[in-house]
Amino acid sequence: MRDRHGAGVRRPVARIPAPLTGHVPAAAGRAAGARSPRPRRRRRFTVHPGAWWVWSLSLGVAASRTSNPLLLGLLVAVTGYVVAACRTPGPWSRSYGAFARLALAVLVVRLAFTVVLGSPVPGSHTLVTLPEVPLPHWAQGIRLGGRVSAEGLVFSLYDGLRIAALLICVGAANALAHPARLLKSLPGALYEMGVAVVVALTFAPHLIADAQRLRAARRLRGRPDSGVRGLLQVGLPVLEGALERSVALAAAMDARGYGRSADVPDRVRRTTAALTLGGLLGVCAGTYGLLTAEGGGYGLPLLLAGVGAALAGLRLGGRRSLRTRYRPDPWDARAWLVSGAGAAVAGLLTLAGARDPDALRPGVVPLVAPALPLWPAAAVLLGLLPALIVVKDPKEEPS
Amino acid sequence: MIRFEDVSVTYEDAARPAVQGIDFEVPEGELVLLVGPSGTGKSTVLNSVSGLVPHFTGGTLRGRVTVAGRDTRTHPPRELADVVGTVGQDPLAHFVTDTVEDELAYGMESLGIAPGVMRRRVEETLDLLGLAELRDRQIATLSGGQRQRVAIGSVLTPHPRVLVLDEPTSALDPAAAEEVLAVLQRLVHDLGTTVLMAEHRLERVVQYADRVVLLPGAGAAPVTGTPAEVMAVSPVCPPVVQLGRLAGWSPLPMTVRDARRRAAALRDRLTDRSPRQQGTRVAHRPAERTPRHVTEQPPGTAPASLAVRVLNRLGGRAPEARRAGVPHQWPADGAAEAADGTAEPAGGAADPAAEVRGLAVRREGIDALRRVDLTVAPGETVALMGRNGAGKSTLLGALVGLVTPSAGGIRVGGAAPHRSRPRDLVRLVGLVPQEPRDLLYADTVGAECAAADRDAGAAPGTCRELVSGLLPGVADGTHPRDLSEGQRLALALAVVLTARPPLLLLDEPTRGLDYAAKARLVGVLRALAADGHAIVLATHDVELAAEIAHRVVLLADGEVIADGPTDDIVVSSPSFAPQVTKVLAPQRWLTVAQVREALGEAPTEAQPQAQAEAQTQAQTEAQAEAQTEGKTEGQTEEQTEGQTEEQTEQTEASA
Repeated sequence: MRDRHGAGVRRPVARIPAPLTGHVPAAAGRAAGARSPRPRRRRRFTVHPGAWWVWSLSLGVAASRTSNPLLLGLLVAVTGYVVAACRTPGPWSRSYGAFARLALAVLVVRLAFTVVLGSPVPGSHTLVTLPEVPLPHWAQGIRLGGRVSAEGLVFSLYDGLRIAALLICVGAANALAHPARLLKSLPGALYEMGVAVVVALTFAPHLIADAQRLRAARRLRGRPDSGVRGLLQVGLPVLEGALERSVALAAAMDARGYGRSADVPDRVRRTTAALTLGGLLGVCAGTYGLLTAEGGGYGLPLLLAGVGAALAGLRLGGRRSLRTRYRPDPWDARAWLVSGAGAAVAGLLTLAGARDPDALRPGVVPLVAPALPLWPAAAVLLGLLPALIVVKDPKEEPS
Repeated sequence: MIRFEDVSVTYEDAARPAVQGIDFEVPEGELVLLVGPSGTGKSTVLNSVSGLVPHFTGGTLRGRVTVAGRDTRTHPPRELADVVGTVGQDPLAHFVTDTVEDELAYGMESLGIAPGVMRRRVEETLDLLGLAELRDRQIATLSGGQRQRVAIGSVLTPHPRVLVLDEPTSALDPAAAEEVLAVLQRLVHDLGTTVLMAEHRLERVVQYADRVVLLPGAGAAPVTGTPAEVMAVSPVCPPVVQLGRLAGWSPLPMTVRDARRRAAALRDRLTDRSPRQQGTRVAHRPAERTPRHVTEQPPGTAPASLAVRVLNRLGGRAPEARRAGVPHQWPADGAAEAADGTAEPAGGAADPAAEVRGLAVRREGIDALRRVDLTVAPGETVALMGRNGAGKSTLLGALVGLVTPSAGGIRVGGAAPHRSRPRDLVRLVGLVPQEPRDLLYADTVGAECAAADRDAGAAPGTCRELVSGLLPGVADGTHPRDLSEGQRLALALAVVLTARPPLLLLDEPTRGLDYAAKARLVGVLRALAADGHAIVLATHDVELAAEIAHRVVLLADGEVIADGPTDDIVVSSPSFAPQVTKVLAPQRWLTVAQVREALGEAPTEAQPQAQAEAQTQAQTEAQAEAQTEGKTEGQTEEQTEGQTEEQTEQTEASA
């Protein structure tokens, strides 16, 4: 209950030793509460999760607009700084690192493919020539080994960097706002589905923890605790355990009122069903119309009508749900600023891409050193705004 | 408030009803305790209050259960959520969200309570349960006691009029259990909440109960009454009640305070006697515990003393070639040698079974253990105690090589466990984990035993023989999941013992065990210790530690804060003192069995069995037996014990 002084690490161990005579109501816990000052609360420092997702995805859009390695590097640096400054404690806040590693892996794979399979980019600077594997005639157009040109490598480096930057932006969104928090903001009619998704999201980490525990237990039986066979043998017990836990959770949720619904008149229920189904049909038909050449005339209106009907259905469906929200994240001025900063970066880079495509896409043939375009770089720096307006609680440092 | 009208529940595919003839009423504002041996349907009764039985579990419920005037027949659990709050055995399975504050709000959100009211109630509940400090914490990072309080809080926020709790303190250390019980006490007294709870650890809860409902056996009708009335006939009862039965106090004391007031005479009788060296040292009277009775018994009769049988089985085989450096040599031939005084604990002469020097373990930036020194001698039983999260399990994990030390050294049988190959290690040290099921992979008991023999390189049938000794009457084809908690523990213990490790580790072995299963475990562990096994057990159960441990090691915050003989440590600690010690202080008695023996009323040999009996028989029988006790009666004694056990087994099997 008390923080370990100096370490800044929270531990679940410290508890007031209960005296034998401690049957005084709630004595122990309250004494602890009175002794140390209340920590400042996290919620005051949180921004609406939707704002973070808008910000991150906007930065992702911006990254997709350029292949300039300097700009992409700057973008990644901006996300890294903001994540370091603003993330909340919790296991998911480490997902930024995981996504960064994934991005690096993507980059490496992209380069390796270029080396082995060659590149469509013509180049005169040959770095190394690998022995080429002769392929049968039906594999025409595929090359294994052969000349590796500097141009080809640089091109795939730029390309890989762009994908990596996109991935890192998604990682930043995950680290700043857990998807589960985003799901909490769903409309009432979708809430129950949202809970199912959240429960499913926590299923995987539990499964991994179970598998680790059971593999450790194999050691107690005198079997090696590593290797694929070990993993396979614990597979069934792990799944069994996970299933049992899911059933227990379902029972607990049921006993706590999950799925209670209000009585609504049959007419409303029928209207809801009709609106939702009709709306979804409209969306499908409208999309088809938009994508095919001849449906240009009816596509857009049908799509819009479908979306409208579906939204109305959802809204009406929300009447069946009794749920209320406990302290929903407000969409406040900071949320506007955070999402606005992201949108501005995306907008400005798109604009710059249209105005001055050469600066955002440095050429590789002939090979030139990329230059940092001044205005787009300044636009990217706008993405730092959240780090300035979202003050982080010093006590909530993730350990 | 809760009314059961001639309720019986039959699960699908079950031949007999799980409970029947349940007919009682819980008035508003009472704390009612549901007691009984395991497998008598306590959880079924609890879950039928919230409507989970039969709406969620299936099966047929006859009769009628009404809660606050609502019939559970027509109201599914979610429609009862605003009047009944249910917390199951495992709080972790109960949590839907991942932070404390959201968890407290979850139930209210489902019920559609206005945001302003929710906000106020969350704050009130945080204060009521002392959780204000933890409001933003991840639930996964909380300790056991904190989790239990959050679980209770999460069902309290919708202001239910009835609270149903299944073993709320079983997994908790004594201090955390006090916290939780203090909260319940407050809810009943300040807020008029009706509480119905089941608990195995009666010594912790019986004093808080207004009334007790006893389920004496599967399918038997419940007995309802005041705690004193019910405890007089209950097969399960806390040590303070046993002491009261022994001393013939009436009405029986429910609290240490009651007992102390009446204990003056008893203390006088005991002044000139001293407690026999307690715990496993009983077992060091070789002449008296030769397993002669077993061999005399015709084959196939009721299992006599499990302890003796295990001893016999273990000792009766020729040893395999042992690795050099293994301190304890198995007796070469015959059981007599096994009991031939080789098991003198400690003494310092023999190589220690385990030696830990300056051990430190650091995990995820947290010092789980710091500068821990521990030596365990062959034949010695050591109890590791301390609050949840003090590092007990980590120390056991380090001893068995699951945890790599960051500093310091561990020698178990001359090897460093974390560097040994698992195949070699099982012959040096065995751990029965907190959840024995983790150790079991196969889908039948028979397959599990065969696998254990292969793993340990033992002769085929070794494990099965051990299982038959520990768990008479379990068929080969039984699925481990269908065993009761106690039976599963025994199976895991048999699997571990197949490799005959000289060092045996147990993590929380009594969790979820009733008194009879616990008494059997005590008997088995004593026999193993007498046979030269070093035993280290991590436990919150002070009564168990008092019963079998030679030494108690107290851990706090990853450090050893006390290490000494059991009577020294537990007598001096208010949290860890067993009830008998508190009643008879300043004299140093630890268990009812010691007192009984000192009064000359109990057999020396069948001591662990007598314990089990006192708990499984009604008071009068126990007394009658104790009075007519004599050396010649050893045989009858054992047979009675066997029958009792069989009954219990049947009970458990039918569960």
